[in-house]
Amino acid sequence: MLKRLITSREALLVGAIGLLLILISTRFSGFAAPSNLANVFNDTSPLILLAIGQMIVILTKCIDLSVAANLALTGMVVSMVNVAMPGLPIIFIVAIAIGLGALLGMFNGILVWKLQIPPIVVTLGTMTIFRGIIFLLSDGKWVNSHEMSPAFKAFPRAEILGLPVLSWIAIFAVIVFGIVMTRTTLGRAFYAAGGNPHAATYAGINVGKTQFWAFTISGALAGLTGYLWVSRFAVAYVDIASGFELDVVAACVIGGVSIMGGIGTVAGALLGALFLGIIKNALPVVDISPFWQLAISGGAIIIAVILNAQANRKKGRIILKQAEQAS
Amino acid sequence: MNTTVRSIPDRLRSPFEQRLKSWESLLLLVAIAIFVANSFASPYFLNAWNLSDATFNFTEKAMIAFAMALLIISGEIDLSVAAIIALASTAMGAAVQMGVGTPGLVFIGLSVGLLCGAFNGILVTGMGLPSIVVTIGTMSLFRGISFIVLGDQAYGGYPASFSYFGQGYVWWVISFEFVLFAIIAVIYAVLLRKANFGRAVYAIGNNPTGAMFSGIRVQRVKFILFLLTGLMSGIAAVCLTARLGSTRPSIATGWELEIVTMVVLGGVSILGGSGTIVGVVIAAFVMGLVTFGLGLLNVPGIVMSIVIGGLLIGVIALPRLWTMWRSR
Repeated sequence: MLKRLITSREALLVGAIGLLLILISTRFSGFAAPSNLANVFNDTSPLILLAIGQMIVILTKCIDLSVAANLALTGMVVSMVNVAMPGLPIIFIVAIAIGLGALLGMFNGILVWKLQIPPIVVTLGTMTIFRGIIFLLSDGKWVNSHEMSPAFKAFPRAEILGLPVLSWIAIFAVIVFGIVMTRTTLGRAFYAAGGNPHAATYAGINVGKTQFWAFTISGALAGLTGYLWVSRFAVAYVDIASGFELDVVAACVIGGVSIMGGIGTVAGALLGALFLGIIKNALPVVDISPFWQLAISGGAIIIAVILNAQANRKKGRIILKQAEQAS
Repeated sequence: MNTTVRSIPDRLRSPFEQRLKSWESLLLLVAIAIFVANSFASPYFLNAWNLSDATFNFTEKAMIAFAMALLIISGEIDLSVAAIIALASTAMGAAVQMGVGTPGLVFIGLSVGLLCGAFNGILVTGMGLPSIVVTIGTMSLFRGISFIVLGDQAYGGYPASFSYFGQGYVWWVISFEFVLFAIIAVIYAVLLRKANFGRAVYAIGNNPTGAMFSGIRVQRVKFILFLLTGLMSGIAAVCLTARLGSTRPSIATGWELEIVTMVVLGGVSILGGSGTIVGVVIAAFVMGLVTFGLGLLNVPGIVMSIVIGGLLIGVIALPRLWTMWRSR
C-alpha cells in the first residue's frame, strides 16, 4: 500500500514540484516563501479550474479545445451584462457565467452525443465560432476597467482567512470534484465510459450521455473561470486567454491523465496545473524571457506523454501491440 | 466508440450514378453556387487579377492539406503544421541575416520542415504515442522556439529573387504558387489512387491490424506520412515567407484548424479510411472563394472564422442529421 502510494504518479509529481521549488530557490530565495506560494496558487487557480473540467472530458475519451474560447465568450457576456446593469448582485453574475458556460459545453456535448461527431472536430469548430461570436457581440471593442462596477471587480480579490476568493473557489472545486469523481455514480461512469466503452454499455451506462455531461461540466467550469478572469484582470476583449486551451491540456497530460481515456485523478490535474503555474511564475524571477514559456510547456507535454506511455506499457495487456512493435 | 455497421448492398450502383451522388460532386455544386453568388454580390469578383489574388487564400494551406489528408486517412493527425511553418520561416529569416542566398534559404526551409516531421514521426511511430497529444505538444514546442529566437522582433530583408516563390507569375495571371499547388495536387492524387503506397494508406486507416497482417509496414508508412506533412509545411513556409517578405513568430497562427477543416470538408473521414484528393482540391476552392467573397464584401476576418468553424461542423453534422431524419 505504502509502496504504491510512493510510486504513484501524484507522488512523483509532488517530488518534481518540490525539486523545481528548490531549484528556483537557489536562484531566488524568496520564491518558496508561503506568501509568494499563495500568490502563485492564486495565479494558477484559473488553470486548475479548467484542468479539472478538461480531465473529466479526457477521461471519457474526448477532448475539449473550446474551453479558452468559452471562457472568453462568457467573460465578455458577463462584462457586458455588468456594464448594462451595474447594480446586478454578483451572485447573479456568477450564475449567468456558470449557466452560459454550461450551455456552450452542452452544445459541444450534444454534437458529440447525438451526432457522434469526433470531439476534436466539434471543439476545433466551436473554438473559432465562440471567438467569432465575441467579436460580433462586442464589435471588437474592449470592456475596460472603468466601465465595470467596483463590486464586479472586487469579488475574486476579496480575502477570506487570508486567501482571495479566487483561490478558495479553486480549492472548493478540487474538493467537490475529488468527491464526485471517487464517490458518486456519475464520477465512476466517467471512468467506465472512457476505460472500456463496450463494457460500460453492457453495465448500463449510456456512454454518449456521460460524454455529454463531461462537456457540460467542462463548459460550466470554463464559464465560471470566464467571469473570474475578466474581473481579476479588469478587462474583456476578443483575444483573452488565447491559446490557453493548450496549457489546460498540458496540465492534464503532465498530471498523468491518459489521452486514451479512463485514467486520471483530480489530484493529478491539480498538480499538473501547479507544475505549469510555478514554471510560469518563476521564469521572470530567474531572469528567463517569458518568450520561453510556450516552448517549455510544449516540451513538458511531450516528456509527460512519453512518461505516461512508459507507465501504462508495463501492464502489457495487449499481446498484438508488442508484436507490432517488434516488427 | 463509433461502431459503424457496414451492409453490403444487393446491387452495386452504376459507376455513373455513384459519381453523381458522391461527396465530390455535391461539393462542386457548392463551389459553383458560391462562385455565382459572389459574382452577383460584388462587381469586382469577375476580374482575372482578382480571381488570381483569391487563389493565394488557399494555395499554401492546400499544399499542406494534401499531405494532411493522407495522414488523416491513415488514422493519425498533425496539429503542429502551422508551428512548423513558423519554425521553418524563422530558420530562413535567421539564415538571411547571415547572408544565405535564395537556394540556401529554400534548402533550409524544406529541411526544417522535414526535420520537424521526422520528430513527430519518431514520437508517434517509434514510441507509440497518440499523435493528437504529441502534435499539440510539438505545436507549442516549434512555435515556442520561434518565440525564443525572435521574441517581439521580426526578420526581413529577403533577397529579391526569393520573393518569386510567393509573388511570381508563371504566365499572365497564373501565379507560381498556383502552378505548384496544381502539380502537388496531381502528384498526391496519383500517389493515393494508383501507387501501392496510397492503397496501403487506406488499408491502415480502415484496419491497422489487418494491414499489418497483409504485410504492410504500418509504422514505416505512418512515419513517411509525417515526413511528407513536415515537407509540405516547409514548402508552404517558403511560399508564405516569400509572399509576406518577413517573418514573425506569430506567422500562420491558426492555420492547422483551417487545414483540418479543408481536409474534412473535402470528404475525408476524420476517423480514417476514406477520402480523395479531388475532394480536398474542391474544398480548397470552396474555402478560398468563401473567404475571398466575404472579403470583397468587407466582412472582417474573425467573422469569416465563424463561417469556417460552422462549415467544419456543418459538413459533418448535416449528412448525419439527414440519415437520422430519413431512418425515422
